[in-house]
Amino acid sequence: MAGILVYALHDDEGNFNKNSQGAISEAAKLAGELGTEAAALVVGDVSDEGAQSLGAYGASKVYRAKNVPEGLAQPIVDAMAKVIADEDFDYVLFGGGLLGFEIGAGLTARLGAGVTMEVTDVKVQDGGLVSVRPILQDSQIVDVQYVGKPGIIIGRLNAFDTVERNGSSAEVIDVDVELSPWSTKAKMVTRGEQRGADVNIEDADFLVAGGRGLGKAENFELCEQLASALGGAVAATRAVVDAGWFPYAGQIGQTGKTVAPKLYLAAGISGAIQHKVGMQASENIVAINKDPNAPIFEFCDLGVVGDLHKIMPKLTEAIKAKKGA
Amino acid sequence: LKICVLVKEVPDAAVEKRMDPSTMRLDRNGEKNLNPFDTHAIEAAMQIKEGLPEGTVQEVVAVTMGPESSVRALHKAVSLGADRSVQLTDDALAGSDVCASGYALAQVLKRESPDLVLLGQQSDDGECYTMGAVVADHLQMPSLTQVIQMDVSDGKLRCERQAEYGYDTVEIELPAVISVGDAINEPRYPSLKAIMGAKKKQLDKLSAGDAEIEASRVGEGGSRTKVLALNPPPAKEKGTIIEDEDTNDTVERVVAWLEERKLI
Repeated sequence: MAGILVYALHDDEGNFNKNSQGAISEAAKLAGELGTEAAALVVGDVSDEGAQSLGAYGASKVYRAKNVPEGLAQPIVDAMAKVIADEDFDYVLFGGGLLGFEIGAGLTARLGAGVTMEVTDVKVQDGGLVSVRPILQDSQIVDVQYVGKPGIIIGRLNAFDTVERNGSSAEVIDVDVELSPWSTKAKMVTRGEQRGADVNIEDADFLVAGGRGLGKAENFELCEQLASALGGAVAATRAVVDAGWFPYAGQIGQTGKTVAPKLYLAAGISGAIQHKVGMQASENIVAINKDPNAPIFEFCDLGVVGDLHKIMPKLTEAIKAKKGA
Repeated sequence: LKICVLVKEVPDAAVEKRMDPSTMRLDRNGEKNLNPFDTHAIEAAMQIKEGLPEGTVQEVVAVTMGPESSVRALHKAVSLGADRSVQLTDDALAGSDVCASGYALAQVLKRESPDLVLLGQQSDDGECYTMGAVVADHLQMPSLTQVIQMDVSDGKLRCERQAEYGYDTVEIELPAVISVGDAINEPRYPSLKAIMGAKKKQLDKLSAGDAEIEASRVGEGGSRTKVLALNPPPAKEKGTIIEDEDTNDTVERVVAWLEERKLI
């Protein structure tokens, strides 16, 4: 069966990732246009009901490799390579996420297949798929076609909308996968550890996010005060979370949360793609950064080029005064 | 232990990058530099070398693929601590996509048989994030990307990274391919002496033939993707930019802007 195969990632409780659900929805739509089918692959301990439920997003079949552990890429490369070869898939699609990058890249090497990453849209053209991919900090967009089969498409985070169909159930097919010797040489010790306090940023209408430009952990106080004046919450970039300045639960972007508040105020954030994908749907984006060449000035609604240490305290006071008035 | 660090020459961040519409490839003219993400990989190699008993890490080798000019990236890598470097350069490689480049780099690495291959998390120009995993599969080694903490002991690596659901801790047997995140360390600055001495360190220049690279698998012809079109992004109304000169005035303008949108 020629068609489109999607990897569906799940957490330790068996909940499927939103980006995977989006990728299945996208694959089902494209398969419809190509006159073929979309299927999903899951690994590890996934129940019959769990696997069948992916039919709701448009997967006609779900391949389940129970002996393959979830969470590390290489065993999943083995599983996908086998299913792609056995079932003759034309395309492989991944929703945005770190693991998709790694699995897609491994498949590229294994199958000698073309790959595109950070894909924001997929088009049907001349009976095949064409990936649309922004490059050079989103300053240009390229359309990329695949030579030979399969074509590997790695989506950008949140690129594909989840579409639930009328409760159809997928056929579940168990597959036995022989793992490559090197695929068993990496072992998960702990998965998905939360670090730092639990903070809620997803429900806030106003977010003040801090990045490396804050200079040090203590300067998150500037964000806290401004957020409090606005009646919102504080969030952070991956860089400062990894540096231990802010809890992981408050991280925006590729490996963090996706938010869309009424106001997103970015303080000392350059606006790398990995951050942008988690906040670009915000209604209003304000950026304060001392580097006039920071990419965030390309996509903010209001940009202030200047020293946040000078601007933020005064802005906080002014907003307080305005609200008190 | 032998550590190979894959490095890449990229256009300087200050130079405007663009695609050449005639070839659909990145225009690689302009000031060149070592990919800033790669300096973290070199630093990680140096910290492993310096952290283990002397002689445990025999050498750190910087490896690149690129045009002639990419020696500059190697000189920079050596000035940051690499012992020697290898340059794969051949006109036949021009226009290689991820699939072709990964194969070619793996062929060079096979000649070196390293115990550990390190890379930066991404290239500053291509935004690919994928090369580590491509190379690892060709070398049949375990791999992990975006690693922000790495300890070596007893032929094993203990790595930490952020993935979809939080922090993962992963144990990996050597030999392995690891791409490091930029949070792993603060790269050192090269000393003047190291910069001056960099050109004297051994640099091996390889052609595709030297590395036993099959010509049919590289270059534009060997690539598995084809760029069909190059377009500008959808026009978006450019935001208002305020240069902060008088902060009181700046703040007033920001508050007015927020009020206009009923945000305060």
